[in-house]
Amino acid sequence: MLMISPRMASGMQEKQYTPSLLSFFVYNPSFGSREGEEEKKILFYHPSEVEKNEKIRNVGLCEAIVQFTRTFCPTKPAKSLHTQKNRQFFFEAEDSFWIVMVVRNPMVEKPNKDGRPPTIEYQEEEILDTVYGAVLRECYSMYKLFNGTFGRAMEAGGVELLMQKLDKFFYRYLQTLHLQSCDLLDVFGGIAFFPLDKMTYLKIQSFVNRVEESLSLIKYTAFLYNDQLIWSGLEQDDMRILYKYLTTSLFPRHSEPELAGRDSPLRPEVAGNLLHYGRFLTGPANLKDPEAKFRFPRIFVNTEDSYEELHLIVYKAMSAAVCFMISASVELTREFCEQLDGLVGPQLTLLASDICEQYNVNRRISGPDKEPQFKFIYFNHMNLAEKSTIHMRKTASVSLTSVHPDLMKILGDINCDFARVDEDEEIIVKAMTDYWVVGKKSDQRELYVILNQKNANLIEVNEEVKRLCATQFNNIFFLD
Amino acid sequence: MSEEHYLELCENPVQFENASSVNNVFFDEANKQVFAVRSGGATGVVVKGPDDKNSVAFRMDDKGEVKCIKFSIGNKILAVQRTPKSVDFISFIPDYPHLECSQECKMKNASILGFCWTNWNEIVFVTDQGIEFYQVLPDKRSLKLLKSQSVNVNWYMYCPETAVILLSTTAQGNVLQPFAFKSGTMSKMPKFEIELPVVPKPAKPNLTERDIAVATIYGQLYVMYLKHHSRTTDSPCAEVVLYQLPREGSYKKTNVLKLNTTGKFALNVVDNLVVVHHQSSQTSIIFDIKLREPDCALNVHQPVLPGRSIHPYRIPLTGLAAVPTQPPVPCELCILYETFSPACLTCAVCSPFASGYLWYLQVKLPPTVNLLQDKGKLMDFLLRRRDCKMVILSVCAQMLNGGDKGGLPVVATVFDKLNQVYKEYLEAEQTYTVATESGPSRGSAARERPVRTQAVIDQSDMYTHVLSSFSEKKDTSHKFIIAVLMEYIRSLNQVQITVQHYLYELVIKMLVQHNLFYMLHQFLQYHVLSDSKPLACLLLSLESTYPPAHQLSLDMLKRLSTANDEIVEVLLSRQQVLGALRFIRSVGGHGNISARKFLDAARQTADQMLFYTIFRFFEQRNMRLRGNPSFIPGEHCEEHVVYFKQVFGEQALMKQVTV
Repeated sequence: MLMISPRMASGMQEKQYTPSLLSFFVYNPSFGSREGEEEKKILFYHPSEVEKNEKIRNVGLCEAIVQFTRTFCPTKPAKSLHTQKNRQFFFEAEDSFWIVMVVRNPMVEKPNKDGRPPTIEYQEEEILDTVYGAVLRECYSMYKLFNGTFGRAMEAGGVELLMQKLDKFFYRYLQTLHLQSCDLLDVFGGIAFFPLDKMTYLKIQSFVNRVEESLSLIKYTAFLYNDQLIWSGLEQDDMRILYKYLTTSLFPRHSEPELAGRDSPLRPEVAGNLLHYGRFLTGPANLKDPEAKFRFPRIFVNTEDSYEELHLIVYKAMSAAVCFMISASVELTREFCEQLDGLVGPQLTLLASDICEQYNVNRRISGPDKEPQFKFIYFNHMNLAEKSTIHMRKTASVSLTSVHPDLMKILGDINCDFARVDEDEEIIVKAMTDYWVVGKKSDQRELYVILNQKNANLIEVNEEVKRLCATQFNNIFFLD
Repeated sequence: MSEEHYLELCENPVQFENASSVNNVFFDEANKQVFAVRSGGATGVVVKGPDDKNSVAFRMDDKGEVKCIKFSIGNKILAVQRTPKSVDFISFIPDYPHLECSQECKMKNASILGFCWTNWNEIVFVTDQGIEFYQVLPDKRSLKLLKSQSVNVNWYMYCPETAVILLSTTAQGNVLQPFAFKSGTMSKMPKFEIELPVVPKPAKPNLTERDIAVATIYGQLYVMYLKHHSRTTDSPCAEVVLYQLPREGSYKKTNVLKLNTTGKFALNVVDNLVVVHHQSSQTSIIFDIKLREPDCALNVHQPVLPGRSIHPYRIPLTGLAAVPTQPPVPCELCILYETFSPACLTCAVCSPFASGYLWYLQVKLPPTVNLLQDKGKLMDFLLRRRDCKMVILSVCAQMLNGGDKGGLPVVATVFDKLNQVYKEYLEAEQTYTVATESGPSRGSAARERPVRTQAVIDQSDMYTHVLSSFSEKKDTSHKFIIAVLMEYIRSLNQVQITVQHYLYELVIKMLVQHNLFYMLHQFLQYHVLSDSKPLACLLLSLESTYPPAHQLSLDMLKRLSTANDEIVEVLLSRQQVLGALRFIRSVGGHGNISARKFLDAARQTADQMLFYTIFRFFEQRNMRLRGNPSFIPGEHCEEHVVYFKQVFGEQALMKQVTV
């Protein structure tokens, strides 16, 4: 079921509003500590048309709340503030740099008879701290990926530069935030791994090693297929956010008409004058174009220690995409891009059709009946592996889930419970709508299952979940 | 330059007295023996073979000039030809009298061209009118004619390994008729015609025995024809044409070896390589008929390596002449090319000394390494040679230790080639084992155990001689080392060879040393490093530096499904007593687990409720097993019972239900 806002309920003309972004700002209290200089604290404020004094007031309030809660627990100041109309999330991204996001609670507008203004009912408990807290942290991670840390910007060009960067980045980024479709997956921020047999995986390894050897400029490589990760030369945390960018922003923008025939694994020989299917997703659209610019997006990784700035080259052939990362201090030329295209294009085209073939073989072996009828979300904190049969497709614009938002909220609630204790747990919930929701936590893994069995009892549900674990997760250590 | 000589002469040549007016020298290819006959044998016959076993000295009566002299196989019977019509036989069977007899050829007016022993007592006379196949009966002092065939013969040639005689027939001599011999039987093989470059008019013998050689290469019989350059055709250079003579079926023209020059040549076959010596340039080239030339038409071969002379041989004068202080003199090898022997050795008569030498020709592999730049081709070449193992391993080591430009693609090619041979051997071994286990009932032909040649380079060879020292090199980037190790593992997987644990250990060691834990994690996630108990234990030991290793290890133990005890130990060591109990119950092994182990672990947690739970669990188990909740003495749980009573009181103990 797809939830579109505002939603029309049957019968009464009731209007439902989903959560939405009210404001988003970045401030540093140490920048305007003297009275009358409060405006200096504000580095970025959305929406920008808000009156100056209101901005100052709002920032001041946040500062006060954080300061006040610090007295109770100096290491863990408040993370969110619940009010009737909205919810505020605080995040200290870097030392003294705070990011605040204010989300309006979902609400129902009930029309009244006799022409009286409609009554508005705020649903204060509908949104989850963990989900939106994670969304806020992700905003910062995404900023950092493309701009580096706040601190570095300060060092390089002072407050002006930082404000410029914040403005440039968040102006566009906030438009892509779709707060109505945030759920448990945002909490995990996981990575979907492409299932692959050992031999094909080793071939990919070999390909990556060879390319890195012959183009020694390349520092890191990541390999994806069907928007799922296969290999990352980047560290986990950097890969997590890069993966998010690729799958929710870059790939959806490029997955349009020309790929209509991508499922037919045509070998390059058949394709006439085309030698391979490789092309750049970042940088030059057409190498032959004499006007082509060889500029690539820059990303920042390992910001904790070595702090590297890299060119991000994303190259794709059929369903296989490879990210090549090269130190930003190197100027990338036409020659280099041509060399890369000539080397990687044919190999990647072949590899992509190999993977496709292997994947189809494996699917045929396992058979369609082995496709789970269960709706589940699996996440492993250790390797960030995530798998969801609930989400049809996750893109920047919209996340399609096949279950009711109420159930998604239950999943979020169970997750909060799990986060509270270290030990392995299992929680079984009977939802209002005849659904059973089961959450299991074993060591670093979490599994959430939604079962739709009307008259099932607790024992049957438990058995059902055991069966699911035995078929889907038999090769990992998952305590019953 | 000396390290470029890839052909050499053997260490210990057969030395013999030079031919002279009183001394006749004969060479027998079949037994590789040199006969020095002094004064028709009256003053002695000295026979020398490649080893001392084949060396004999004896006297015989001088009954005229000896034309040909040969021992039968195993030195049992000596055949001596003195006249064009007959051959004399002397028995050399131990503990037997030296009986003598003589045999004349059957055909009238025929003269004997020569004879060949095909067995210890079977001999073939080749006359100008045909062949006669005899069995020698030494105790009866007579010969029995087994078979004969009449055909006009110009000359003949014998291949001792296959016992095949090749006869040159017709006026031009270019129609060759092979006969094969095997324990009393003679079979005629299909004859074939050698295409001559020029057909002389009128027809006269045009193909001489100097241009033909017979040899076995890679287990197949070949006739090699040295086709000289002819002015009428457009090919300006000489070539060697190979005709394959299969045991059954007709001959095939299979290979053409391009000599790219003209002049006088001599042929040898060494270690399945065709060696062509070129007299005027004093160089030799080698051909491998299994090596495919990418830029040539099928089965046309270019020399594997550029031409080089044979490594100079120094004859120690001290052993021969009177001057002991004089340094060894380089031997005049030019003579060597004049002596043409189709068999696997080279004969030479050495001029400065009154002495002759017979050498085996040998291929020296180390110099080939630098002469053959293409590593893939080099590997193909080396893998087919006899003493190749150490050379191949040194090529691998050299390839990895820098200097070479090919990089990973070349490394991959080399590994793939090595592992292909390795795989073929393992498969043959496997089939053999299955065949022997299934018993002799099936398939009457007893299979032979596959021979492990030197070309089989297994994982332990690679590990010991190449990879372990390579992985410790400080000046090589760890990225390259890991890439090479992964490439080797990929190559093994490609041919479905189970990778040995020590290779995984090497990879893990490299990754851990350079803090590449996330890389390790990904490898394990895709099961690139196959599951095993040792690997799981290794991962456990990494837990302190890389906590996720714990989960990886437990997953692996779970998949092994034979490591339930280990899983319990791991969980108990982490004080996850309940988890351990739930696990062992889920796999159905809780009936016979040690209660003491769990109670010990529960006590250590200092969690009294946990201890209570565990204690109660085992009481219930005891109840189920024995109908009594108490522990039996063998379980050594007394101290825990005491503790339980102390904490929870005597009455908390489970009561035995009496019916």
